[in-house]
Amino acid sequence: MQFMLLFSRQGKLRLQKWYVPLSDKEKKKITRELVQTVLARKPKMCSFLEWRDLKIVYKRYASLYFCCAIEDQDNELITLEIIHRYVELLDKYFGSVCELDIIFNFEKAYFILDEFLLGGEAQETSKKNVLKAIEQADLLQEVNYSLSLSLPHAVFMV
Amino acid sequence: MPAVSKGDGMRGLAVFISDIRNCKSKEAEIKRINKELANIRSKFKGDKALDGYSKKKYVCKLLFIFLLGHDIDFGHMEAVNLLSSNKYTEKQIGYLFISVLVNSNSELIRLINNAIKNDLSSRNPTFMCLALHCIANVGSREMAEAFAGEIPRILVAGDTMDSVKQSAALCLLRLYRTSPDLVLMGEWTSRVVHLLNDQHMGVVTAAISLITCLSQKNPEEFKTCVSLAVSRLSRIVSSASTDLQDYTYYFVPAPWLSCKLLRLLQCYPPPEDGAVKGRLVECLETILNKAQEPPKSKKVQHSNAKNAILFEAIALIIHYDSEPNLLVRACNQLGQFLQHRETNLRYLALESMCTLASSEFSHEAVKTHIETVINALKTERDVSVRQRAADLLYAMCDRSNAKQIVAEMLSYLETADYSIREEMVLKVAILAEKYAVDYSWYVDTILNLIRIAGDYVSEEVWYRVIQIVINRDDVQGYAAKTVFEALQAPACHENMVKVGGYILGEFGNLIAGDPRSSPLVQFNLLHSKFHLCSVPTRALLLSAYIKFINLFPETKPTIQEVLRCDSQIRNSDVELQQRAVEYLKLSSIASTDVLATVLEEMPPFPERESSILAKLKKKKGPGAVSGNELEEGKREGGELNGAGERPGDSSAIGASNASTPSPSADLLGLRSAAPVSAAPPSAGSLLVDVFSEAGPAAPAAGANDDGFLRDLEPPTESSDSLLAEGPGDSDSAPPSVVSEDPAPPLPESDELLNKFVCKNNGVLFENQLLQIGVKSEYRQNLGRMYLFYGNKTSVQFVNFTTTVSCPGELQSQLNVQLKPVDPLVEGGAQVQQVINIECLTVFSDAPLLNIKFRYGGALQNLTLKLPVAINKFFQPTEMSSHDFFQRWKQLSQPQQEAQKIFKANHAMDTEVLKAKLLGLGTALLEKVDPNPDNFVCAGVIQTKAQQVGCLLRLEPNAQAQPGEQMYRLTLRSSKDTVAKRLCELLAEQF
Repeated sequence: MQFMLLFSRQGKLRLQKWYVPLSDKEKKKITRELVQTVLARKPKMCSFLEWRDLKIVYKRYASLYFCCAIEDQDNELITLEIIHRYVELLDKYFGSVCELDIIFNFEKAYFILDEFLLGGEAQETSKKNVLKAIEQADLLQEVNYSLSLSLPHAVFMV
Repeated sequence: MPAVSKGDGMRGLAVFISDIRNCKSKEAEIKRINKELANIRSKFKGDKALDGYSKKKYVCKLLFIFLLGHDIDFGHMEAVNLLSSNKYTEKQIGYLFISVLVNSNSELIRLINNAIKNDLSSRNPTFMCLALHCIANVGSREMAEAFAGEIPRILVAGDTMDSVKQSAALCLLRLYRTSPDLVLMGEWTSRVVHLLNDQHMGVVTAAISLITCLSQKNPEEFKTCVSLAVSRLSRIVSSASTDLQDYTYYFVPAPWLSCKLLRLLQCYPPPEDGAVKGRLVECLETILNKAQEPPKSKKVQHSNAKNAILFEAIALIIHYDSEPNLLVRACNQLGQFLQHRETNLRYLALESMCTLASSEFSHEAVKTHIETVINALKTERDVSVRQRAADLLYAMCDRSNAKQIVAEMLSYLETADYSIREEMVLKVAILAEKYAVDYSWYVDTILNLIRIAGDYVSEEVWYRVIQIVINRDDVQGYAAKTVFEALQAPACHENMVKVGGYILGEFGNLIAGDPRSSPLVQFNLLHSKFHLCSVPTRALLLSAYIKFINLFPETKPTIQEVLRCDSQIRNSDVELQQRAVEYLKLSSIASTDVLATVLEEMPPFPERESSILAKLKKKKGPGAVSGNELEEGKREGGELNGAGERPGDSSAIGASNASTPSPSADLLGLRSAAPVSAAPPSAGSLLVDVFSEAGPAAPAAGANDDGFLRDLEPPTESSDSLLAEGPGDSDSAPPSVVSEDPAPPLPESDELLNKFVCKNNGVLFENQLLQIGVKSEYRQNLGRMYLFYGNKTSVQFVNFTTTVSCPGELQSQLNVQLKPVDPLVEGGAQVQQVINIECLTVFSDAPLLNIKFRYGGALQNLTLKLPVAINKFFQPTEMSSHDFFQRWKQLSQPQQEAQKIFKANHAMDTEVLKAKLLGLGTALLEKVDPNPDNFVCAGVIQTKAQQVGCLLRLEPNAQAQPGEQMYRLTLRSSKDTVAKRLCELLAEQF
């Protein structure tokens, strides 16, 4: 997968994840173009479209569009289910997720995505395992680690 | 604002986000953001040291602002500081900021890498994962340099936690994609492959992406993965839907892993081991069988996951292309999907069938679905699905269904979406040409195309129809009649006027017998469109008019009247004015004979592949039209006599003999014989001599000899020559030397050279990117060579440079001068380069031609041998039998003779042999050898220093069985090296 975009029906970008190196300018251009293309499509149309030399797979959940760009050899249907699994993960974590959850907790949305997909490929497809990793991290939140390695770090502390 | 129950709420952040959301206008938003930025900046700069929490909060705000689309130019240092926090959430935010906002500030990268290094060696799996995620998200070269050595170790270490292995595998994949040269698997290869056997499904899922990517690049090293992948797949496919617990997705066991396994197998040919192959075929059959079972759930996720595996399995079956049974089953399965209620499935079935159509085993099975596909083209509501249907029709088209498919596509064109019209037009044009059995159908189709979608008919398309009509005399009358009828329509497309003007100008006489289409009627019809047309079309029409004057003398007064009127002869457009003036003058002063010569019918275009295919490829982007298809196009294209270049050009009128001889007018169509007697011999035409295929054996003396020689003045004496370098500059460096050394000559360059011993024109070299055509001519000790570099891609070549070098002693034997060539070759374009050659004395080696250019970012560097051999400077010598044998005897010293006995490589066809010997440049002496089966030839090699006489005798044993046929070739010459060299050259030819 080359990138994933989440945007609202109004065309507001809610999450962007790029797995290929692109300049900020290029990213903005792609985003603008794709948001426009996808929003212009009618509800019953198919979830795939050719765009430049990539395949776009998208699906709408309530007010949010989830949109992935994959390469020619990649599987469209399994990508649709990647989207769905990600939605399930968000849903489980936030408890019936809505757009606002993603806006106010955007960092969490990124963390969950990193546990699920890395480098554009599925890292862990088990819902339980992904959520376990995130919950473990949450438990760690204010726990102060007394690491043996904390000394050298002090160099960078202001 | 929703209650944030989980994780660590950052109240200040939530307030800020709310504020932004409450902004009523863009301006208000920017104002609020600027306020916040100022606040953060002052906090970061303040004297008071910030605590970890505040730093985290501000960094997070900056991130939010950046993600809103605003530029952030500070805060990086604070984010890096967070990396070294020992509070997990602070570290996590630091990493997130770095992942999203990394820039190539080298100072920063060093600090980031330090922090990552510490986390990687912390042995705390959560921290290790964070660090690995960061590397995978940034994936920069600096990171690859720092960590590409360490990560494989983490990946295969026995005590690494599963979750860390998963991150390490994909992190390595990302680094491999950005910097493959830095990721060396070497000793780890086997242990990485064995991750396919890992007990943890998540580890296998992550590792297989890495293994697939590595296998694509180094298939040999990783091939043990095939049997492991097959057994893993087999276990999954045969497991019950609950066996895999949380890796079962809506009753489908491990769909992601299954797809990836099938994808990995597509990197390899079918397994050689019978047992492995058997197991795999069983898996594929099971997957096909499962598609027929009733669904275990009504949820779309169930069917998507199941079908994802099915489509991947079909992709593997197509990739193998060796199991007819599976291919046909796959086709039937897709056939069912063609009428599925899910749009997604119909789309994918159409797409997948396109590839099935190209397999010989399933082509027929695909064709049975033609009606469904046509129906899809007519009724699908989604344009992307219709596009797929059109692609499939194109793919399944063959001679048996071409008429039906072309008719359907044409009728679809009338209502087609604008976005796909041009592509449809190209496809129809290609199919019509490729499968045309009768050319009247072809002409009808193309004219229909112009009528229905004239705006989308590109130049290539209408050029092509003209080329084909010109090359096929059986369709010319029909074409004239049809365009005449088409032009009757009150509003016809300008492209129709162009085609009509051109064709009536050439072949209007074929329909002039009918009073309804008498010359004047034809002229008036064309002229009635004149004022509605653009300048290029008007120019074309003017040329058609002058051709009319030649075809129909009775129209002369009318046409002269038109030419003479102010709107023509004083037209503000220079091209139109010039044409009007010149044509008027030409028609008034030239005699009928001269007129007939100048305005003669166009000669046939040389055969070459259709440029429409290239256009389609360009349109669809690289990879969309397979190389196969282009190859096919080339083969099929051979059936038609079409040339790809531009017939509508202004120089096209009587291009065979009119002014402005442009060597590029013939471009690459060199493969075949040039047009027979393209021009009358009397026309004093330089161009004809230059480009006629006749070798040096062609009439040497003649009225135009002077001109020829003038044109071929020796490069060393050129006063008005276009050559950049002066005489005697033999050691000066060729222009625009590139830093890289020239590549060594291609291994096949000698073979390529052999093709040109007996001929002067043809394709010298061809690969995926570049085609090099060559035309050359020689006179006395001088030669001129035209190289045509054709860019076969749709991407421009930059820094295109060529150099010629004469290695070793060749430098003193041959004087080769290169005219500069344009450094930019546009996609699909062709540039020409002229090389002047002077033979100073006899030589053996060939000069080396080095070509360098950049395609994409990559430097292409190739070296070929220029097809110049000593025989090119032959002057044929006629002599009697008596003289021949007398001279033969005079050259009887052992070093003056070279002889070779060799097996015939080609059939012993007398005419072919004669042609080759003539091509060699010598005179073929008839009735000289007492044995009529033998061939003898004589010639003098012209060099600046000396002339070298050569005699040749070729003795075939034609009576022998095929396979045992041999030749004895004997050469005698006054200079020993010459006999030997010629013998070597010639022995490869027969």
